[in-house]
Parts: sequence; structure tokens; C-alpha cells
Amino acid sequence: MNSLYDVIVVGGGHAGCEACAAAARTGAKTLLVTHKISSIGEMSCNPAIGGLGKGHLVREVDALDGLMGRVIDKAGIQFRMLNLSKGAAVRGPRAQADRELYKKYMQEALHETANLDLKEGAVEGLLLRDNVICGVMLADGSEIFSKAVILTTGTFLNGVMFTGHQTSVGGRVGDISCTGITPYLKTLGLNIGRLKTGTPSRLNGRTINWDILEKQSGDKNPIPFSFLTEKLNNRQIDCGITYTNEQTHKIIRDNFSKCALFSGLITGIGPRYCPSIEDKLVRFADRTSHQIFLEPEGYDTDVVYPNGISTSLPADVQDAFIHTMKGLENVEILRFAYAIEYDFVNPQELDHCLAVKKTKGLYLAGQINGTTGYEEAAAQGLLAGVNAALFALNRHREFKIDRSQGYIGVMVDDLITKGVDEPYRMFTSRSEYRLLLRADNADARLTELGYNIGCVSNDRYTVFKEKEEKIKQFDEFCSDKIISYPEIEQQNISVKHNGKKTLKDLMGYQNVSRETISKLCPEISSVDEQIYEQVEINAKYAGYLKREYEDIAVFKRDENLQIREDIDYNKIGGLSTEMIQRFSRVKPKTIGEASRIKGVTPAAVTALLGYLKK
Amino acid sequence: MDNKTIYALSTVFGKSGVAVIRISGTKAFDVISKMTNYSSDKVVDRKMYLSKFCNPVSRETLDNSLFVFFRAPASFTGEDTVEINCHGSKAVIRSFLDALSLLPDFRLAEPGEFSRRAFYNGKIDLTKAEALADLIEAETAMQQKVALSQMEGRLFNLYNDWRTRLVSMLSYVEAYIDFPDEDIPQDTVFKIENGVFKISEEIKVHLESNNVEERLRDGFKVVIAGPTNAGKSSLINAIVKRNVAIVSDVAGTTRDIIDAYVDLNGLPVIFSDTAGLRETEDVVEQIGVELAKDKISQADFCLFMFDAEKNSPDIFAEYTETLQVPYLFVANKMDKISAARQKELEKENCILISAKENQNISVLTTKISESFQNIYMKSATALITRQRYKEALDECLTCLREFSLHKDIELAAEDIRLACRAIGKITGQVEVDEILDKIFSNFCIGK
Repeated sequence: MNSLYDVIVVGGGHAGCEACAAAARTGAKTLLVTHKISSIGEMSCNPAIGGLGKGHLVREVDALDGLMGRVIDKAGIQFRMLNLSKGAAVRGPRAQADRELYKKYMQEALHETANLDLKEGAVEGLLLRDNVICGVMLADGSEIFSKAVILTTGTFLNGVMFTGHQTSVGGRVGDISCTGITPYLKTLGLNIGRLKTGTPSRLNGRTINWDILEKQSGDKNPIPFSFLTEKLNNRQIDCGITYTNEQTHKIIRDNFSKCALFSGLITGIGPRYCPSIEDKLVRFADRTSHQIFLEPEGYDTDVVYPNGISTSLPADVQDAFIHTMKGLENVEILRFAYAIEYDFVNPQELDHCLAVKKTKGLYLAGQINGTTGYEEAAAQGLLAGVNAALFALNRHREFKIDRSQGYIGVMVDDLITKGVDEPYRMFTSRSEYRLLLRADNADARLTELGYNIGCVSNDRYTVFKEKEEKIKQFDEFCSDKIISYPEIEQQNISVKHNGKKTLKDLMGYQNVSRETISKLCPEISSVDEQIYEQVEINAKYAGYLKREYEDIAVFKRDENLQIREDIDYNKIGGLSTEMIQRFSRVKPKTIGEASRIKGVTPAAVTALLGYLKK
Repeated sequence: MDNKTIYALSTVFGKSGVAVIRISGTKAFDVISKMTNYSSDKVVDRKMYLSKFCNPVSRETLDNSLFVFFRAPASFTGEDTVEINCHGSKAVIRSFLDALSLLPDFRLAEPGEFSRRAFYNGKIDLTKAEALADLIEAETAMQQKVALSQMEGRLFNLYNDWRTRLVSMLSYVEAYIDFPDEDIPQDTVFKIENGVFKISEEIKVHLESNNVEERLRDGFKVVIAGPTNAGKSSLINAIVKRNVAIVSDVAGTTRDIIDAYVDLNGLPVIFSDTAGLRETEDVVEQIGVELAKDKISQADFCLFMFDAEKNSPDIFAEYTETLQVPYLFVANKMDKISAARQKELEKENCILISAKENQNISVLTTKISESFQNIYMKSATALITRQRYKEALDECLTCLREFSLHKDIELAAEDIRLACRAIGKITGQVEVDEILDKIFSNFCIGK
């Protein structure tokens, strides 16, 4: 039987979009199957992309020629670089999107992608032969064959929505859920659990009293997400800020018994960093007010997203408490908030390529792996897409990103070695190499890697190489240029007289601006800001980066020690039963991965190491 | 594990003729170039040399010892290796380990680390590997046992308290970094500057007052206290077998506190005689009594000595009640009392001696040295464990000293992260989830 496609992607959310585009870019004949083509690229919750950690992920997706960065650059209506007052490593781009434009540009991007077909349909089954995936089955009974399948089902697997004690089946408001796939996953022996998330109500912006509210504006000089976007000319709009008050809190407290979360209806675990308003009231009982951002969902829509009051309370209670807030006294509620519970697969079932270890050809990406967020989903989609393509095309290669190369690597490694207790979201604090893994250098970290594996276009690679060369030249120039002590002191910089000072040394000093540097060396005034920034950051972080590189060298040594797939842990002397179980369950592929499994002891790793050296 | 040069005692710690200290890593040769008079061009590998060794910082002489240099890859670990054969006394070993810790990029080896490095460099076969895993398991278990027994109580609470405070401060900084759009009160971040300063001061004081380090270098202090003419000076004389204290039959002749150094089963011990503990009108003697009380408070061990003919141990009640260190009652002049009286005193846990007749002196000194062994030197592992604590705390302190809120916040965060990593070596590593837990319980995050 000939496969019609190399790769089939199930689901058209943020993971699915990147997955199908990446597979197609890598050269695989790819099909995206989704319930509604018109919903491809839907932002089901917050109409925003990026933030700390998340913005880093978008930059990495972009560095690997993914779509998210370019699409948000076109669809953004307010751009802010978070933490602009702090150092480069912890700055994260964030933008609010026009929800309709985002969908439109994402769909356009997919339509323009070569090797990619889109199809409407509900996948309700997987086709398998000898435990190897060979396609999908649709609700109408038809079968489509492929060499690899990527599931990006988001919140749709057995999705159940809750508003108060009312429940309804569905993957998103107005959409059906998918019940057929979970039984197949269970048959494959995968460990399945339930997670929960929620989305707030939507308000009619025309009925908000904006005039009396605080405003939050975008940056004056907005910085794009994509390394390929030269300049943003989008018209930017403001958000409003309001607050809950004691009256709001009283109404919510009086109705605790009615909310799905506290009444025991919802059994899935929700994310702590995205708590519902009732959660916040319980955990921070002493606070009398919480901040709520009112975010318009686009240029030509009246819909406003109230960021900060997701809830599972019944509609009448929502109606009552929302009207207690400043500016919302007469607001019209367009849609009530709901919580949603869905199936996910324990990500310890996956390897670094996001391939299911028990079934060849099956890949999972996005919320199905226990994550939350568009950016986390997109990043996984891209990785799974490239790997599914490499597998289907018999390239005998894998695309792995490790913890020292990117936040994508941090996320995947965390997921597959530790599993999840709550929906997983990216934070910069999750990375042990935070000063190196920055949003500004995602291209330097990943574009070459992506080009070599085949998922980065020549155009992007050329742009990247030119930039890299410019940075190198400028770095050399600054490292060679000696500045005399009198010249330095003339600029009111205090300097120790201990050896010659180069321009780069001075760029690394605290509080020495580019303006001052330009006075010391006027030739640099024409240097592009991005180029200057890279050399400056390297100078400022020099000592710390050196340490991180040393740590990475040690990390890589264990990371490069492969463990054979057919290893029998029972045969290794000196391993306790508990350690044998831990190793056997996760089946680590490298010594490094083995050492990060929860509960594994150094002695067990040593025994494993000894066995491998046999 | 990192790529630093590691060192450890390869022989059993204790009183042996020769001890072997092994050093392995890229900088191993520094031991020769910085601690002996040999330079690299004079040293041929696999050949033994005799040299004076000195402390690389103070230049103080440690010992005359033999050393061999093994050039990589022809060594056990496959790295440059130096082996020092020094004299086996605890004090000498101690001074070598201390000196090595002062060399840049040197640190004490982890359990089994030499063998583990040997693995990485393809120097060990399977049978050895399996034995090694057992060994590490055993060593780790033993270390944990020792660590636990040592760390019960005060020390454990102290280290854990530092760790908790560091984690909490790190969570403030991380929250400030990762959640810029949440209402995280800025003052919490600025408060931590003071907190970091406080912890580093506490660690500094702790490191400087580290009893064992100091005692091994300067000697354990035993104070002999008791009424005038109980025979304290005679006891010291009997112990050191030389006249270091003035001996006289006239009550009150010993007014100065006299120190005598002896080697008790491998441990350096200082015995201090005191003036008699009694209320007196004599001004000169009054000063002596004050000094004695002061000395008792600084002792590691106290001998309450009395004349068995005249007194009973209950005369020391006011001292022993509040005393923090171990002590013994010593009944002197046992030769002058009846067998019945002897039994009675033994029941009251007294050691019976005769300083003049040199009776039972060795029983007493054995009791003292056993007590020190029990408290300070349970095993070599205990010592090594302590050295590990010291290194971890040193590293922690170095990181905290780098900390400043005048830097970019992510660099300040890096300093605390590294400090947490250092103290985590003693108290258990700080995981990201722990920081996140802290953040989410302290701040209302989430929109």
C-alpha cells in the first residue's frame, strides 16, 4: 500500500500550523486535517503572542523559519518589549494581535506553502500496521495513508466545558470535541491524564467607559518578532486597565459553592500561573484588589478580552461581579467565561524529537503533551514537524535541540524527563543558561542548525550569514581597538590602570552608553543597532558567559553519550529495582537525559555509564 | 560534576606511617610548581622526588614529602595526575588538604570521582565499573549517615535556614524578571540586598569560627579546673611529663593560665591549668579566678578536679549546670582514700587518679581523646564531609559577594542562582519547581 502523504498533521491550532509548515519545508508531502479550515490559526484565549520565555520561543521558531513571528508582525496591534529596562537576556517581545488578521495571515502563509494540502474533516482513528503508524481514519470512515502522523489536538481530546455547574462537550466554544483518538492512544499503551484550563468572558468594547480608565500603550519604537521583518508600521492601539474591588470579591465569595472548580466537578489540574479569579481570592485572601487588563481583540471589532478574570462561575454570577468594576458598570457581556478539561498524554512517553517511543511514526505536539500557551505549542509543532518529515523521508537523521541551544530544548527536555503535574508554561527561570539563551540571538543559536537539517530557506540563511559576518567583523574591530586612559577618563569613566583597554572592554562597563562609545570612536556611529547590540551584550556578560560555556561543555559530554535502544536495565549490575523501573519507563537516549530523570541517583547513572563502556 | 582539578586522600585517614594524596586534572602540575621548589623542566614523569612542600599562599612549610607525576593519558584517571606521599599524621594530612583547596580551580573530589573520570577517559573495564557503583552507593549512604548525624540540630538548621532564605530571595528576583506585567511590589526586590548581605556575613562568621578547622590546627582545648591544691598542676605535669606549670604546696601559687601542648592519639590537645576556683580577697588571685572562669567558657573539654580526701563532685554544680561542652570529674589522690570511698566516687562517675603517683593518667587521657574522636572525628568521612561543606560555603560566599542590585538584574539573579547551587551541594539541590512554588505562593501571578 502506497502512502498518499509523508506526513499528516491532525489539528489546525498553533502547534498544527507550525508542524505542517515545518514538515512541508523539510520536503515532506504534507496534509493538514482540521475540523474547519476557517478556524486555522484561531487564538482561542488571549489575543496576544509572546512575553517572557514565550517571546523567546517565538524568536526560536522564527530562527528555524517558522511562521508565528512573521504572522504576528503583520497582525499585531500593540507591540511591547517586556523588561526593556532590564538586561538583554530577560527581555521578551510581546504583541497583541488582531484576532481576525492573525488567522487571515496564518491561513495565507499555509496556502502559500509548497508540499502542503489542507483538508476539512474530523480524525477519529489512527491506522496502524505492526505497531507502526500508517495513516488516519476520518469520522465518515474514509482512510488517508501516510508514513507519519502528528497529533496536535489541543483541548479537543474529550474536551468538556464548564460554566458553573453547567457542562457541555466540545473542544472550544461552538466547536465539537474529538472522542475517537483517546481510545487508540490507550490501546498503544500510552499514559493519559486530564488537565484543565479556562478562558475569561468577552466584553463589548462600545459599552466600556474607556475615558475613566488607565491606559497601557505600545512601545514608541516597536521591535518586530521576526528576524526577517525590518520595520513595523502597524497602527498601535491602547489597552485599558481596571481593578476588582471588595464588592467584586464579596459577590465571588458568596458564590464559591456554585463554581465548578470548588464543587469537585473539575478533576483536571489547572495552571497555577493562570489562576481563575476565585482561585486568586482563596490563595490571596488578604488582597482587596486585582488588576484586569482590557485588551481589544482587533481594529475592526468591538470584542474586548478582559485579561485576569477567567472563572468557572455561573453566568449570572459573572454578570453580577463584572459590573462592579470601574469602567465596566454598563458593559455588555458578549460571551461568558468557561473552564475546559481535556485529555493529555504524559510527555514521558516521548523522545527529544517528540516521537512516541512506543509507536513508530507517531508524533505529538502542543497541549496534548501537557503544555499551555500558543508559543509553547508552536515550538513543539515545529520540532515535531521537522522530525516527522525526516522520519517519513527516510533521511536517517533526527532534529534535536538540547538545553544549551534553546528554550525549545529546555521545554522538551523538561517534558520528557520530568513529565507534568500542571500545564507547562515557559519562564526564563527554567533555563540554566539564561544569559546565553536570549531572544536577541535565537538566530545565532538555531538558524545554522535548521539550515543543515533542511527546515530553513536559502533566503533566510543568506540574511543570517550576512548578519553573522557583520557581527564578527565588528567584534574583531572592537576587540582590537585600544583606547588610552586619558581618552577614557575624559568621558568620566573610572578605569583601573591594569593593562590596555579595548573598545569592547569599555562596552562591557555598566552605564557606558553607545553615545559615549561613539565619542571614543566616531567610526562606529554607522554600525547597525542590532550588530552593535550583539557585541555589547557579549562584552557585558563576558565573565558570566564564560562560566555558562564551561557548564555547557560538561553538560554536552553526558549529552553525547548515547544509550542503545535495546538496553536491558535488568542486566546492569548494581541497579536497584526502583532505578531499573525509572530507567525502563522513560527509556532515556543519553546519559545526560538519564541523569535528569526524577529520582535517579548519581550511583545509578554511574552503573549505567559503566555498562555502556563495556 | 565539572572539569576542575580534583584532590583527595587516597589512603585511610588516621594515624598511619604514610598517607597518599592524589590530585588529578588539567592543572594538577600546579601542585608541584606552586607548592614545591621544582619547576616543570626538572620533573620527569613516573619518577619519585623528595621535596619540601609549602602552603601556596602563606608559604608556610607543610612537610617533606615524596611526589610522583603521571602525565596524561598514562595515569589512572587518564588526566595529569600527581601523587603526594606525606607523613600520615592527621595534622599533616589536614594541612595538605587545606593547602590544596587554596589553588585556583581545585576542589575536593566527589565520592568515586577519580574512577568516574577514569571511565570518561576509557580507563576502566566493566567489572571495575560495577564495583564502583556499589562503592559510590556505600560511600554516599555512609556520608549521608555521617552528614545527618553531624547535621542534626544546630548545623542542619543553620544551613537549611540559609538555603530557605536564598531560595526565597531568588524567587523574588525571578518573579520580578519573569512577570513584568504583574503587580509585583518592587520593594520586595530591593529588600533582598540587605538579606544577601546578612547571609554572607553569617556565612563568613561561620566559616571563620569553624571549630574543627581551628582545633586541628591550634589544638583542642582542655581546661582543668578545681579548688586550690586539688593537684591540677601536678596532673598537667604527669600528662606532659615535663615541668610546664609551677608546682607548689602553698595554696594559690598558680595564678597564670598555663598551656601545654600534647599529642593525644594523633590529635593536638592543649591543657590549660587554672587558678583555684574559690572566692578570695587577694586581688592578684581574684584576677586569676576570673581568668579561669573565662577559660572554662572557651574550653572544648573540661576536667573538674578535686581532692578526693576533702571534696565531692557536687562542689562543681554551679559550673556544670550551664556548661555546653563535655566534661569529666577527676578525683585526685586516690591513693589516700579507702576502697569504699573509691567505689562511692566511681558511682558518681568520677575518674580516680593520682597525679603524684602517676596512677590512671592514661585512663584519663584515653577518655579525653575518645571524646574528641566521637565529637569531631567520627571517621575520615566526617572530616571529608566537613571539607565539602567548607568548599560549598566558600563558593556560596564568593557568589553572594558578587551580588549587587547596581548590576543588571539578570546578573544579580545569576549570582544568587550560583549561590543556591553552591549551598545546594550541602542541603540538596534547588530545583526550578521550588522557585516557582515560592513565586506562586508569594505573588498573585496570572491574568
